[in-house]
Amino acid sequence: MWHTLAEPFQFAFLRHALVVCTVAGALCGMLGVYVTLRGMSYIGHGLSHAIFGGAAMCAALGINVFAGAVIWGLASGLGVSRISRRRIIAPDAAIGVITTASFAFGIALLGLYSRVKRSIEATVFGSVLGVSRGDVWLIVGVAVVTTVVIVLCYRRMLFATFDPEVADVFGVRTARLDALLMLLLSGAILSSMKVLGVTLIAAALVIPPTVARLLTNSFARLLVLSTAIGGVAGLVGMYLSYHLDISSGACIVLVNFAVFSVAYPLASWRGRSVVGERPAMAEQVRADRARAQ
Amino acid sequence: MSLPEPADVATLPASLINLDSVTCRYGSGPNVLEDISVLVRSGTFIGLVGPSGSGKTTLLQALLGVVRPVSGSVERRRDLRIGYVPQVETINWNFPVTVFEAVLMAARSTRRRPWASPAERHRVAEILDQLGIGELSDRHIRQLSGGQQQRVFIARALLSSPDLLLLDEPTSGVDVRTRHEILHLLGDLHADGLAIVLTTHDLNGIAAHLPHVICLHTRIMGAGSPHEVLTPEILERTYGAPMDVLLHAGMPFVVDRPHDRSATR
Repeated sequence: MWHTLAEPFQFAFLRHALVVCTVAGALCGMLGVYVTLRGMSYIGHGLSHAIFGGAAMCAALGINVFAGAVIWGLASGLGVSRISRRRIIAPDAAIGVITTASFAFGIALLGLYSRVKRSIEATVFGSVLGVSRGDVWLIVGVAVVTTVVIVLCYRRMLFATFDPEVADVFGVRTARLDALLMLLLSGAILSSMKVLGVTLIAAALVIPPTVARLLTNSFARLLVLSTAIGGVAGLVGMYLSYHLDISSGACIVLVNFAVFSVAYPLASWRGRSVVGERPAMAEQVRADRARAQ
Repeated sequence: MSLPEPADVATLPASLINLDSVTCRYGSGPNVLEDISVLVRSGTFIGLVGPSGSGKTTLLQALLGVVRPVSGSVERRRDLRIGYVPQVETINWNFPVTVFEAVLMAARSTRRRPWASPAERHRVAEILDQLGIGELSDRHIRQLSGGQQQRVFIARALLSSPDLLLLDEPTSGVDVRTRHEILHLLGDLHADGLAIVLTTHDLNGIAAHLPHVICLHTRIMGAGSPHEVLTPEILERTYGAPMDVLLHAGMPFVVDRPHDRSATR
């Protein structure tokens, strides 16, 4: 029994993969809090697509695909941030414009330069089990930098996320914080994408904060819970994928969804089913129902 | 036009903000404010009224310094601290934030740690107690009544101990009792020495509670005490619709003029 459980730890690449998946899950869970609360849940998926364009261009030009993807990802993130600051365009529309254009650019390059195909696939879908020590240090480095920035800018980022216009009035430089968040997000996506693939990143950004939101009304607790849920889902998902012989990305997403499936009825049972309604409205609804009966 | 100024300047309270012939517009659009002169002194309690799109919020933003005038000048006292309370309609009530967290996020400190220091904790508790919501500190903002929600954002604005409090429609969308509570609370804060400027659509509320009113419709249509400003002539110029003003217990009371069907035949 113990031998079976400890089996994955005999292989260096699996040990690395377990660390990377855990840290990537926690990192995406942490940043996902800001992403979901800003109504930009689509960004994870969108940025991965945007990066496809950068990777394709670099592969076509014969330069380092990862470096190109990093620069392209940052440029796309900042572009989304800048466009969505104009009130006339909503963040999801800005993400749609920037990232799909970039994706289309990648597709066009793919058609023009067929030799690019192999590098592109490695970038977009990742090599889940081909994880090196360098990948571990990369994700750990990005996670440490992200955590330090989130801690140092905690109040300002909270204010800018909750009430950006008023935060501006109170002297918070929201434009800079938006750009900083995009920078962190691009770093997280890029460092996770190489080893885990696009699907996991999009899900890992959205599901942990959504589950955590069902369990708490406090922002501080939400941030901690979401990070923890993301990390545990990454670890358990990666571990199960080895034993069940299922793709690790899919397995981690399914673990995240399993947590959501438990948390949602639990939250409803605890009386959070009126999430989304102001108390006065909820009371009004209850009063109307009571009168109707 | 500006608020009437007594002759004896030496006895006047200190000037906080002086808007002199200010004109504002967004981009190449029409003027939102035109030739506005307003002097805000310490101890001021002003209500800005006017129809939607009349420039009330822009005037608040000009006072805040968020909107820069295209002409005219704005002078602010150098060390002036301003608290701002936005319209509660703009708040995302599903955002996971407790009353304590909502107030603390506005703390202007150099503290780099996310959690509150004992001094900050004490200060937030003190303000929440002052506003009568001390026991609601751990509640989610959605789990409050309309009046309590408004108090949370007033508490957030008061955290930096402002000299001037600006409120954008603090009485909109609330019931009569809550409106009464909010205006009484602001009256108490004003009595404690805080200068206040607010925008509202509630003409009778400000007639009952505020000493100064400015009627705005791109330009200042009237400024002074409710008795001087809330007249049928000024209100019609401001709103473009006829209104009657009755006197009730010595206070002006604005009512809609009934539709005269015979006049339209």
